[in-house]
Amino acid sequence: MTLEQAFRDEWGRVVASLIGFLGDFDLAEEAAQEAFALAAERWPRDGPPESPRAWLTTTARNRAIDRIRRDRTLVAKTRLLEVPVATEDEMDETTIPDERLELIFTCCHPALELDAQVALTLRTLGGLTTEEIARAFLVPQETMAKRLVRAKKKIHAAGIPFRVPPAHQLPDRLAAVLAVVYLVFNEGYGGRGDLATEALRLGGALVELLPDEPEVHGLVALMLINDARREARFADGELVLLHDQDRALWDSERIAAGRRSLQRALALGGRESYVLQAAIAALHVEDPVDWAEVAALYAELGAITGSDVVELNRAVALAEGGDVEAALAVTDRLDLERYHYLHATRGELLRRLGRADEARAAYDRALELVTAEPERRFLEQRRADLETPSTR
Amino acid sequence: MRYVMLIHQGDTPTPDDQEAWAALSPEEQQRIPADYQAINQTPGVTPGVWMQPPELATTVRVQDGKTLTTDGPFVSVKEALGGYFVFEASDLDAAIELASRVPAARLGGAVEVRPAAEYE
Repeated sequence: MTLEQAFRDEWGRVVASLIGFLGDFDLAEEAAQEAFALAAERWPRDGPPESPRAWLTTTARNRAIDRIRRDRTLVAKTRLLEVPVATEDEMDETTIPDERLELIFTCCHPALELDAQVALTLRTLGGLTTEEIARAFLVPQETMAKRLVRAKKKIHAAGIPFRVPPAHQLPDRLAAVLAVVYLVFNEGYGGRGDLATEALRLGGALVELLPDEPEVHGLVALMLINDARREARFADGELVLLHDQDRALWDSERIAAGRRSLQRALALGGRESYVLQAAIAALHVEDPVDWAEVAALYAELGAITGSDVVELNRAVALAEGGDVEAALAVTDRLDLERYHYLHATRGELLRRLGRADEARAAYDRALELVTAEPERRFLEQRRADLETPSTR
Repeated sequence: MRYVMLIHQGDTPTPDDQEAWAALSPEEQQRIPADYQAINQTPGVTPGVWMQPPELATTVRVQDGKTLTTDGPFVSVKEALGGYFVFEASDLDAAIELASRVPAARLGGAVEVRPAAEYE
């Protein structure tokens, strides 16, 4: 195991158990950082300890205790009634509680704004630095640092609990956690692959911690299947649509892993948002695609979410299945005037129906709204293709 | 932890607006005061002083040593504070749960949950 790997795998656990012990995010993070720095210095020289986790947790805990002893004002920040004595003995790995679940529910508490939930999750569970998170979300480092400070302050001052919510709150709170993980994934999917990997890591931890929740498996399945196509989504920096993607670039092992997660979700009786999205993603990577089934699943998903974006996707599935007229009729009913995909989709449908002038107008509107550069170039190409009759 | 629970009526029908109040079903008209009473009797709750509607407020400012008064609340009538109570709770989740039982929260208003400042 490389040092980097050990750090990635253990950071969340060590920080979670320290926060559980201390009740203070800053102190926990600082102590963990010191322990990891010490490990980076010693392990390559002396060889890694038998149990990296136990070593890191014990060292970090002792560092925190040292700091509190030196600075008594820190006691007030913690939940400790009295300061324990630093222990010489390494803690036994089996007795270190895994409090990552408590931590993620705290980080994704709905009393924090979504941006802060995301940043805090990446910082405390993922071990990303403030600078890395700032870069990933294209905000100045100072802004991100402020966001994190404010969130930690609110957790402390407003009394956001460090615990797994009781059963009657769990569905809503779990949905918030999954939304954060999926948001991280989509940021990564949009180009910054390290974030997608981070989201998959978080998803893996959630599966370990909540093995009986179908939506957790559903989300993991959805992320795996989409991530498997990451390499094929762009060719020479240009966006490639699903049916034009080079299947040889798909990661078949990852797709298989995604299918296994989906099976698990379905076996647990899952039929909610992420499970349905994963089922749709799984159909998309089959050859040929069963578009009627895709459209049916979108209808089911739309009934749950009431989302016009889902309806737009159903329209695309209808068109792919051959019923372009019906698809266009669906898009007529959608309240998505400011959504560039609506106009891009209408442009494509109108083109297929031979209504080139209307198609051009739709692409023009899509181009007014699009922000991502590869998508802009893609739309410009589609619009230009209208001028020369195409065969598709 | 102590939380100050600030009740904003927003669009909530209240007995102060007889027309809006009359539009409620008789069951709802009975349920609203009963719900407030249940909240006031919840362990940990210290009821606040009941306030007349914000239309009756007078807002006072002092500029250059001169006292200026205006008719009405500091913010707009709809945004004005409608009432408050104090809740001693284990954590924010408990406060959020109680806040969600305040009738104004489901009838077009909202409850703002503010941790009280504790000085040792």
